[in-house]
Order: sequence, then structure tokens, then C-alpha cells
Amino acid sequence: MSSPAQTASAAGQRTFFGNRSLTQGGPRLTGEHAFQAVCLAALGLPLLVLLVLFADAFRDALPRLTWDFLTSYPSRRPEAAGILAALAGSAYLMVLTAVIAIPLGVGAAIYLEEYARPSRLTALIEVNISNLAGVPSIIYGLLGLELFVRAMQLGRSLLAGAATLALLLLPMVIMASREALRTVPHSLREASYALGADRWQGLRRVVLPMCMPGILTGIILSLARAIGETAPLITIGALTYVAFAPNSIYSAFTALPIQIFNWVSRPQTDFHVNAAAGIVVLLGLMLALNGVAIWLRNRLQKRIYW
Amino acid sequence: MPGSKAKSHPELEQPRAFKERIIGWVLLLCGLVSVVTTAGIVAVLLTETWGFFREVSLEQFLADTQWTPLFAEKHFGIWPLMAGTMLTTATAVVVAVPLGLLSAIYLSEFAADRVRRLLKPVLEILAGVPTVVYGYFALTFVTPLLQALIPGLAGFNALSPGIVMGVMIVPVIASLSEDAVFAVPASLREGSYALGAGKLATIFRVILPSAFSGIAASVILGLSRAIGETMIVAIAAGQQPRLTLDPRVPIETMTAYIVQVSLGDTPTGTLEYRTIFAVGMTLFLMTFCLNLVSHRLRQHILRGGLQ
Repeated sequence: MSSPAQTASAAGQRTFFGNRSLTQGGPRLTGEHAFQAVCLAALGLPLLVLLVLFADAFRDALPRLTWDFLTSYPSRRPEAAGILAALAGSAYLMVLTAVIAIPLGVGAAIYLEEYARPSRLTALIEVNISNLAGVPSIIYGLLGLELFVRAMQLGRSLLAGAATLALLLLPMVIMASREALRTVPHSLREASYALGADRWQGLRRVVLPMCMPGILTGIILSLARAIGETAPLITIGALTYVAFAPNSIYSAFTALPIQIFNWVSRPQTDFHVNAAAGIVVLLGLMLALNGVAIWLRNRLQKRIYW
Repeated sequence: MPGSKAKSHPELEQPRAFKERIIGWVLLLCGLVSVVTTAGIVAVLLTETWGFFREVSLEQFLADTQWTPLFAEKHFGIWPLMAGTMLTTATAVVVAVPLGLLSAIYLSEFAADRVRRLLKPVLEILAGVPTVVYGYFALTFVTPLLQALIPGLAGFNALSPGIVMGVMIVPVIASLSEDAVFAVPASLREGSYALGAGKLATIFRVILPSAFSGIAASVILGLSRAIGETMIVAIAAGQQPRLTLDPRVPIETMTAYIVQVSLGDTPTGTLEYRTIFAVGMTLFLMTFCLNLVSHRLRQHILRGGLQ
């Protein structure tokens, strides 16, 4: 039994947002319902596609998802081929990319949020960041090929690949870090200055610890995207057949998405099964990274009260 | 100088120590990396494209209807690659615009708050799936499915990657359109209801026209994403540059061509090698213009273009 006040407010709301029985007949209500159903279907369709995609990859992958698959090098025989080289390459790539992209990205974000005054230079940096976010990833590959592989003579190495991916991620890391920095109230900065801290001390001891979960979440989500990037690595010439794990940052390498692409583009359908198994591993890694990001955000943000 | 800044902090009045200044410079350098990156992209594309156009005339590039730089008889007409790109992009947009727009309307006008908060991140997963995975899906699932429906559909075609790409860019269009729809002032809705309009009339006659520039921005951004998308088309569209508008036959897009050459062993510095930069330049200019238009349209909304 609801209270009279609740009933009244519910009725009032319904009248306000079109209690059609007063003004219109049934047909329009049906039309609206039909339209709502169409909208819901439009939203549901892509999600259904996503579900089918996951299910399809899993079903195709099932026969090859063994421990051997994870611990074998690629082979000309599909049933003996594995993804060890690709996994190792992706792992190295991830760490190197993070090492390059995090200081640059967080540094740029701190500059823009905390140090920059409105000027032509600041405006130029801002415009560049938003432009770079829209540049197709394959163009970064062309940049990496000329700049890192040829001009800096790094060759088709892990370092060249990581540097290319780092540039690609930079706009994302900067934007996420700026968002996080903006969540810290100004009163905290002012309080730290009032206690005699200079700007850098205030940043390092007060502001950064406060927004670290936000920054980390942004970084992990960007890295999750980087792990699936294929086009720029192919353009800089990452090898598609590598039967060894990289042993230095100057080694040639392959990565998980490149290995998948290599298997998909072969005519023999036996290799497609390998591609599916690689895809399941890749999706698993991505979901794990996303999970870590969500967990981190929930765990670390709960403790902050102001 | 202090006081000229919009957000004035008391720290501006503090004497700035030497250390502070060094830190400021280092952080500025981090920020400048983005400027250097843009300059690098433009410089790399311009130098190599310059080398390309010293050997191939602009007329050959724009007037020829064949693209065969890797064959003995070389032709450098960009149009077959352009046609392939347009074909997959058009398919993607035809799929993504209705799905994205209707999703946006559902999320902002019909869905309960809790439902919206649940559905939006799920929708975002679509954009986060690696494109190589979408390529596999287009080739091994969507193409066979479509072949059962459409007789004469080749194993590599423009249709199937286009459709899959469309699904991939739904979140781009849905999320930006939702922002635009959400930004329509409540007074307009209320005015419409006060005049006796129902929800449908309000959506179609008031909300969508008011949000038009934002919706256009989202569509243009989706277009730009589709043009620059690489792996789906490289896997499922084939590698046969041809000047056709038939989505059932194998084609090649600009991005797929770059991948094809990168995988081969074309020696650096040759004309064949430079073609990928000429194609890259074309791609960069196209997406850059689209992004610029989309950005302008969005700024228009932010500045209160609705009123």
C-alpha cells in the first residue's frame, strides 16, 4: 500500500510527461511503444553481434586451447604451432610502451592542468592532442617506420614498436590523466600551499596521490587498447614469423595480434583455428586488463572522503 | 601577469624557486611531444609524398583509373583504392547511423537511469574489441552467412567488412549523439509537451532537429573512423584494387594497400615504397578534414549553439 503523497506525485509526474488518456487516443501510445521497441532493438543488435562474436571465437578455438598452444613457437604445421613468441613480444611491448608513454603523458597532463597559463603555446598543445586522437593508427605506423625504424636506425625492433605505440596512446593517457587531475578539489591544493608547500610538493604529496586511481585506470585502459593494435606494428615491419622470444629491446619481435593476422590471412582453414585460439587469449588479456582497471577504481576510490 | 589567468590560484603569488622552474620546463617538454608528433607526421608524409610526385605526375595520380604500382606495367590512379574505401565506409555508415542514433535516443529518452549506466559501458566494449578480431569475425562468420543470403558474393568483398565496421563504430555515433540529444534544453521538451505533442512528435520534431549539429558531428566522426580503419578491411575485403561500386566483389582500400606493401619486401626508398606514403597522405588529409568539421560542430554545441 503506497502512501497518498507517493500516489499523487506519481500521478502528477505521469500527467506532466503526457498522460495521453486525457488528450489523445490509443494509437499514438502504440506508435510510441513501437518506436521504443525499434530503438531497443537497434541497441540490442550490436550487443547481439558482440555476443555472437565471442561465442563464435570460443567455439572455433576450443580444439586448440591447450597448454601446448601457449608454450609453443610458431610452426608450419598448424597443430604444432603456438603463441609463445607472440605472447612474449606483446608482454615486452606492453612494458616498454608503458615506460615511454606514462611519464610523457602524465607529465603533459600535469603541465596542462597545473602549470600552463592560457597562451598560444598552450592552445597549440591542446589542439594537437585533440587532433592526434583522431589520426588513424596506420598513419602512426608510417611515422614510426620513417622516424624510429629508419631515421633513428632502431630497425624493426621492440623499441621502435613500443615508441610507435606510445605515441599512439599519448593522447588517450593525457586526456584520462587530465580528467583525473580535475577531480581533485582546489581547496586541497590551497591547503597544501597554506602549509608552506611549493607547487611541486603540493602536487607530489597531495594532488597526485589523490588522483592516482583515476590516472592508473586511464593508463590501464589505454594499454588494453594498445595490446590489440595491429596496423601500426605491421607498417613498421614487425615480423609475422618469429620463432624465438625477444632477448633485448633491439630484438625483432612479433605480437599477439600480428600472429593472429598472420594465421587469419593464410588460406588453410587449419590455421584459422589457431587464429581463433589466439583471439580467445587476446580477448582474455583485454578483459583481464579492463577488470583490473575497474577493480582498481572501485578499491582505491572508496577510501577517499572529502 | 597574475590576474590575467582565468583560474587564478594563490600559488601564483609565491616566489617561484629555481627547482619549480626546471620542473615546469620538463613538464612543458612532455606537452610538446604532441606538437612534435604532429609535425613529425606531416614532415614524414610530405617528404615521401614529394619524392613520389617527382616521379609520378599529379595527373597520373588523379586521372588514371588503375592502381598497379606493384606490377610490371605501373599505373598510379588513386581512384580504385578510393572507391574501395568509399564502398566499405558507406556500408559501415549505413549500418552504424540508424543503430547508433536509435541507441542514443533509447538511452537518453526511454531508458531508466540504472539501465543506461549498465548499457553504456557494455556498448563501449564494441569499440574496444581489437580490429583484428573483427576482421576474423567478418571473414569466417559474416561472409559465409551473407553468402547464403546473397548469391554471387565473393569470399572477399566490401559488404561484410563494411557491416562489421559499422557495428564497431556504433558506440562512436551513439555516445556523441547521446551527448547532443542530452544537451537539448529541457525547456524545449516542456514547451513541446505543453503544446500537446506526444513523445514521438517531441523526439522527431523538436529534439532531433535541435540536436542536429551534434548528430552530424557524430556521423562525420564515424565516417572518419571507418575511412582510417585498417585490419577489418585488410583481412576480409581482398587485395584487388578495382574501380567498382559493386560491394559483392573483392576490392582494396587505402589502408589495406598500406598493409599489403608493409608485409611484402619492397626495398625502402623505391617508388613502390613511396606509394604507401602518398596513399597515407591522402588518408591523413581526408580524416583530418572530417575530424576538423566534426570538432567544429561539437564546439558549436558547447558554445550554446542550440539557443
